[in-house]
Order: sequence, then C-alpha cells, then structure tokens
Amino acid sequence: MAIERLFRRRRTRGEGREVPELWIRCENCGAQLYKKDLEQNLGVCPHCGYHHRIPVEDWVKILADEGSFEATTGKIRPVDPLGFVDTEPYPERLARYQQKTGRPDAIYGGRAKIGGVPSVLLVMDYAFAGGSMGSVVGEEIARGAELAAEEDRALVIVTASGGARMQEGALSLMQMAKTTMALEFVFQKRLPYVSILTDPTTGGVTASFATLADVIFAEPGALIGFAGPRVIKQTIRQDLPEGFQRSEFLLKHGMLDAVVDRRKLKPELVRVLSLLYPGEVDAA
Amino acid sequence: MPLEFERPLIELEEKIRALEATAREQNLDLSEEIGLLKAKLARLEREIFEGLTPWQRVQLARAPGRPTTLDVAERLFEEFFELRGDRAFADDPAIVGGLARFEGRRVVFVGHQKGRNTKENIARNFGMPHPEGYRKAMRLMDLADREGLPFLAFIDTPGAYPGISAEERGQAWVIARSIQRMSRLKVPAVAVILGEGGSGGALAIGVGNRVLIMENAWYSVISPESCAAILWRDAKEAEKAAAALKLTAKDLLELGVVDRVVPEPGGGAHRNPEGAVRALREALVEVLGELEGLDAEALWWDRYRKFRALGAFAET
Ligand SMILES: [Zn+2]
Repeated sequence: MAIERLFRRRRTRGEGREVPELWIRCENCGAQLYKKDLEQNLGVCPHCGYHHRIPVEDWVKILADEGSFEATTGKIRPVDPLGFVDTEPYPERLARYQQKTGRPDAIYGGRAKIGGVPSVLLVMDYAFAGGSMGSVVGEEIARGAELAAEEDRALVIVTASGGARMQEGALSLMQMAKTTMALEFVFQKRLPYVSILTDPTTGGVTASFATLADVIFAEPGALIGFAGPRVIKQTIRQDLPEGFQRSEFLLKHGMLDAVVDRRKLKPELVRVLSLLYPGEVDAA
Repeated sequence: MPLEFERPLIELEEKIRALEATAREQNLDLSEEIGLLKAKLARLEREIFEGLTPWQRVQLARAPGRPTTLDVAERLFEEFFELRGDRAFADDPAIVGGLARFEGRRVVFVGHQKGRNTKENIARNFGMPHPEGYRKAMRLMDLADREGLPFLAFIDTPGAYPGISAEERGQAWVIARSIQRMSRLKVPAVAVILGEGGSGGALAIGVGNRVLIMENAWYSVISPESCAAILWRDAKEAEKAAAALKLTAKDLLELGVVDRVVPEPGGGAHRNPEGAVRALREALVEVLGELEGLDAEALWWDRYRKFRALGAFAET
C-alpha cells in the first residue's frame, strides 16, 4: 500500500534486522496508533482528528471512483535552467526527490471519474521538494486544465505546496501566470473547477490557481496563506494569533467554502461536482 | 549615501567640479584637463557598470533617488490624474494609479509606489501592497477595459506585504485575482519593471502583452535575502543568492521572462532620472505601436502564448 511511505521509519531490532514499525505516534496528540488503523482512517488520528499528510496515490484512491483513474502526468521532467547551486546543485536535489517519490516532480494525476463525473484529478506532492511549483508542476497544471476543457471534464486539484520553486527563479514565478491563464479554457466551457487545499498551501500556489477555483475546500487545521508564518513573524516582530492562517480562521474570513474532514470529503466533493457539472453523470 | 562601487565616480566628479570652479574663479583655461577627466569619468563609469555583479544591480534597483512610479508619471505623461481607493476597504498608498495622457493618447496606469524619503516610505509601506492595493489595480483594469484605453503597469516592490492584516484580508486570493484580471484585459497591456520585481506581489500587475525591464532592475520568484535565509540559512549570503537566481535584466531577457531591456543612462537611473524616462518613453511608444492595432481576442491570445510558453522541462 502506498500509504506505507508515511511509515518509512523503521526500528532496528536484534542483530540489525529491519522490521517495519507497526505503531506510530500521532504528530499532534502523541497517541500511539496502530498503523493499520490510521491507514483505514485515511491518515486521520482517531483520537484528535489530526489530518496526517498522505501519499498522492492515496489521494487518488480516496477521490477517484474505483478503477476509473488513468495517470496522465509524469511524461515531462524538470531540468536546471539556471544552473542553480546553493548548498547542493539543483540536479542533485531533484535526483534525491525523484528517488524518494518515484516520480519526476511534485505532481501526480490524470483522468478519473469522481462520483461518476468525468474529471481531471491532480494532486500536489509535498514529499517532493515541499510541493514547490517549478516549470514541471506549472506545465502539468496547465496541461491538466487544457485536457479537462478538451474532454469536457471537471478539474479537481488537491494542493500541498510551500510555493514557487526557488531553484528555477523567475521561471517558477511565471508558472503562476501560466496556470492561471490555462484555467480560462475550463471556465469558458463552463466546466467546474474545485480545489482542495491541504496542509500546507502557501506562496505562489495559493496566489494563483489554487484560490481561483469555483469551490474551495480545505482540510481541518491546514496552514493556508500567502506568506509563511515565520516570514510574517520576522516582519512584524510579534507573535501570531492562535489559529492564524489555519482553515477555520480562513473560513471565518470568507476565503473558503468549506472545511471538510477527509473521511467525508468524497461525498461532499461529489455533491458539488454533480451540482456544477453540465454534462451527463453516470451514477456509480 | 552613494553605493560602495559608485565612490570612484563620485570622487572623480568632485574633482571635475573643483577644477571647473577654479577655472571660473581664476579665469584660467583648464578645458583640456577637464576634458581628459570627463573622458576618464565616462570610461570608468562604463567599466564599473559593465562589470556590476547581480547583487550590485539589486542595490542599484533600491538606490535612493531612483525614479518611482509617480516620478515616472510626472515625466512620462503630458498630464495625469490620480485615482484612489479600492471601493471596498481602503486606499492603499503602496499602489498608485490613474488616468493619463501619453504621447497624445489616453491611457490608464498603475504602479507600486515607494516613498522618496524615510517618512514617506513608512506611509507607503515601502511599496509593499495590502489586498486593497491590488483591488485598486483591478478596479483600474476594469476602467481601462470599459474605456478601451491601453493599460500601463509600473512594477517596483520588494513584495506584497507579509503581515497579519494582509493575510486576514486574503493577500493570496487577491494576487491570484489580479493576475487573472490583468490576463483578461481587452486592451493592450504593458508592464515595466522599474526597480524591484519582488515575486507574486510584482507579477500581480505584471501580466502584460509586453514586459519591459529597466537595465538595473531585478525580477525574481523571491528576494535574494529571503532566498539566502532559506537555502543558505543565512540572509547574509544574499550576494550568492542574487547571482544564483538569475534576476538581472540581461538574464531575464535570455530566459524569455522579459521582452525588452530599457537602457539606463550612465551611472544608473537614480543619477539621471530624466535620461531613464526618456529611454522608457521611446520603448513604450514602440511597444504600444505594435499592440494598438490588435483586437481584444488577439491581445488575449498574444498574452496567453507568451506566458504559456514560459518554463523549462524535458519530455521523457
Ligand atoms: Zn492525534
């Protein structure tokens, strides 16, 4: 199961033989959770409701109708347009993330049916360079939007991103304009676009396609904003209020349509899609 | 305060001025000596400016005296009338805009506005807009569309304001909307990076059919200081980050992020704003000329093709 990635940490026993850990600790309340239980609960802590990050394949499993998913991403790979070196050359960083995730960049998705609604489902991968948007992520979002428009599909994007990718410089910044403009084809055909913001969604992703959806869902407790809390704290030199930039705060401020528990997300999404989708829906 | 690398130029200029004063006071003919020094000054200026590092250009882009949006508006337009307020919450002094006449044609303009001194800079929040600033910009885009007037945007911001008030009022949401609104303009849109092009807060008014940049301006996904703080874990490494980010006018032209570099007079725009605006005028007349014959649909496709093509990746 793909969710295993979450539980990569292994405990060494006996003469150094590695066995997968069966128990993990909730990142929020610290409760000891049986791994299988957490998986079955879609990564949501049964004690405190904390939404753990889950692998992108699991998002597809949660949202796509069984057997309906067909991947379209992964045909393009990132390059190093600036020859960027910080503490490590960019190509080495990329290789590390590619090995870790098994994908060329921070996005996964394709054609799917969601409650019978033909859709393009795209999921950002926080495990790959913090879900940062460089040329590949921007291109996949743009292609996804164009595919949706071309095949009369709804567009559904699950976001998780620290923002635009620094190592591709201004080209990353330009992805904000590119993705935004590609959405026009979806809107022109009156096809629905729904975004699901997960923890965290900040920077250039929030300030472009993610918040331009017809309907915006967010997961409970997700950090969502333009600037990250650390930057804000440095700028204003005071502590941030409790719950600042979290989903519930943003719902109150009028920025979101609903904060939805992951275990109830699919039916809610299906309700919205079926109300918005203009074409025929084969009920599952 | 002159920048470190400007010192030799300023010293030489002082020498020339002193010699000129002596010539005047004592009625001497020092024109040969003065001529030689002026030639040396020109040579030195060229040498220094050709060899500037990206970090030095970032400093030039921030130099006091560099023409701000309102400085440019005063020199560039035959007349202009500032329009204020977002019609929803407030008037953001970090973004200005209004109606203007440029080379005989009516236009609508917006721009980030920094202060020309510390006091004004505080009032203008150092050119870092709140959501109401972008809402003002969008209101002016609506106006440009309604009246069918070309839209000019002047970019000069370290970034959109990263503060509690801005986040509460949906900074990210409004930047996304502004990018979208500008991309939908039915009229020719030209963006000019005057000084600092700090990230999404700059791009929000940067979706032009043509994007121009002043020779010593920068435009980047993140400021060199913030980039250094994250990747090098030390903001003092900003010099390295500035080089790595490829944020200079020349680099951006190569990447296709900007369409044209507007040359600055020797010594930089802050030492000769008149000369800088003259070069900008020439460039604007040309690009507006290219765009003015296009209808709304052609302009949209022109913008779409431009931004759709940006990015670097390999097909597998
Ligand atoms: Zn818990």
